Amino acid sequence: MEKYRINEAEGMEFGLYSLGDHMANPLTGKRISQQQRINEIVEIAKFSEEAGLDIFGLGESHQKYFTTQANQVILGAIAQATNKIKISSAVTVLSVNDPIRVYEEYATLDLLSNGRAEIVAGRGSRVGAYELLGYDLKNYEELFEEKLEMLLQLNDAEPEELINWSGQFHAPLNQAEILPQPKNGHLPIWRGVGGPPGSAIKAGYQGVPMMLTTLGGPAINFKIAVDAYREALQRGGFDPQKMPIATTSLFYVADTTQKAMQEMYPFLNEGMLRIRGGGYPKQQFAQSKDTRDALMVGSPQEIIEKLLYQYELFGQQRFLAQIDFGGVPLDLIKKNIELIATEIMPTVKKYTKKEVAKRKEQN
Amino acid sequence: MKIAAIIGSRLGNNTRAVVHFAVTEMKKYDPTVEVSILDVADYELPFSDGRAFFEYEQPVKGFLETIMEADALLIGTPIFQASIPGTLKNIFDMLPVNAFEGKVASMIVTAGSPKHYLIAEQQLKPILSYMKANLAPTYVFVEEKDIVRGAIMNPDVEFRVQRLVEDTVLLVEAYQAMREKKEAAYDF
Repeated sequence: MEKYRINEAEGMEFGLYSLGDHMANPLTGKRISQQQRINEIVEIAKFSEEAGLDIFGLGESHQKYFTTQANQVILGAIAQATNKIKISSAVTVLSVNDPIRVYEEYATLDLLSNGRAEIVAGRGSRVGAYELLGYDLKNYEELFEEKLEMLLQLNDAEPEELINWSGQFHAPLNQAEILPQPKNGHLPIWRGVGGPPGSAIKAGYQGVPMMLTTLGGPAINFKIAVDAYREALQRGGFDPQKMPIATTSLFYVADTTQKAMQEMYPFLNEGMLRIRGGGYPKQQFAQSKDTRDALMVGSPQEIIEKLLYQYELFGQQRFLAQIDFGGVPLDLIKKNIELIATEIMPTVKKYTKKEVAKRKEQN
Repeated sequence: MKIAAIIGSRLGNNTRAVVHFAVTEMKKYDPTVEVSILDVADYELPFSDGRAFFEYEQPVKGFLETIMEADALLIGTPIFQASIPGTLKNIFDMLPVNAFEGKVASMIVTAGSPKHYLIAEQQLKPILSYMKANLAPTYVFVEEKDIVRGAIMNPDVEFRVQRLVEDTVLLVEAYQAMREKKEAAYDF
């Protein structure tokens, strides 16, 4: 786990991630400016660090209702505004980016942040970026797989090693030197995975850690992907004990479950309406307060129970909450962070700490 | 109440004839119903390429949005090569998972042979169910011999279409009442 800068003796890592969506607050019908939204994201990251959260991630979506297309630039600002919190893409749509540029940018971010930068590479669940940036959707699979291989090769190379590369979607590299290099020579690079096990299996065979999104429905449905990932790791010759798993979920906490549900629903519905073209069915939302449902909504106690239930299922090392979906205003985001930091995180960490030292003695 | 009446094939006129008859009957049955006829022959629909339905260019975007905004779909389809035509399946492929949640779907099927009677049952219904439509339990199956130059010659077809129209409107009202009752129990 050290390769991925994860210390299991500390318990499950807890962080936030944002897609940088830029939607009207459904309660007021008003939308803040792009400038304000971007600056607030930096402020949220800063506030998260002050509250003691472990990580802050930011995604890119190149289309309407989104504002963090240049997520690495904003992460640069966050690097300067913070000192301890890990900073990550969530995700980098690698298929429409040049892996060399991505590596250069995140290596730079790692130096600026004194070794806190990470990449989560994904294909993107929205396809706007492909047309905008001139990529053909018919290469959706292969663009990503090849570029991820290239990125992993750059990362696995030792700092002064020269790179040779040839592939379908990038000009060949002949004894190329990639500069700058990250602080300790390598970056944690994760693969972003949706619900079905296909992508999880690919992550396993590649031997990369997996960030699994569990948007809603019974959490146990995602166990198929987790088990398939670990099995593929083993088949690929990797040790599942050394490969972290992160899960992500839409998240809203308030003093009581009833209040959390009342406050979250309008935002969740608005967000789904904007990105999917259809709202969130109330009947389905009503069921999500059940501990076994993956959607993280409830009182601090309910969220703790959900997380510990999921930890039993998945044994994940990191959880990332998406708390700003659908136009949630800054004051409510801060309230969420306060409850996470004061009530949820300490308990979850207490029960997910692994006694790493003891295990070593036994060995 | 908004109803989208889909004519699912560019080829042939029998489906078109029965759907137009159904739309006329619908307006007679309830003049407040807003019916939009979506005839694939009037559109150059591209093949689905995975983008969200609202990201297609006009008029395709409008075609798909009319479906998504409807309370009920009246789907007219012929049977070609023992299945629904690709034009109709392509419409479904351009829409998201659960696209028909909360919508009633009714079917009018035209075919050249009675041997095709169960094709809608076995091939169209599973698609609509997967997309979460509330299906009208019975559909109207019309054979080529029932239609002459665009006119329905068999009164039994007229009666069955009239019953389908009435069931469609009533089912929309019934499911709406059911949803209102469910949602009244929630406080969010």
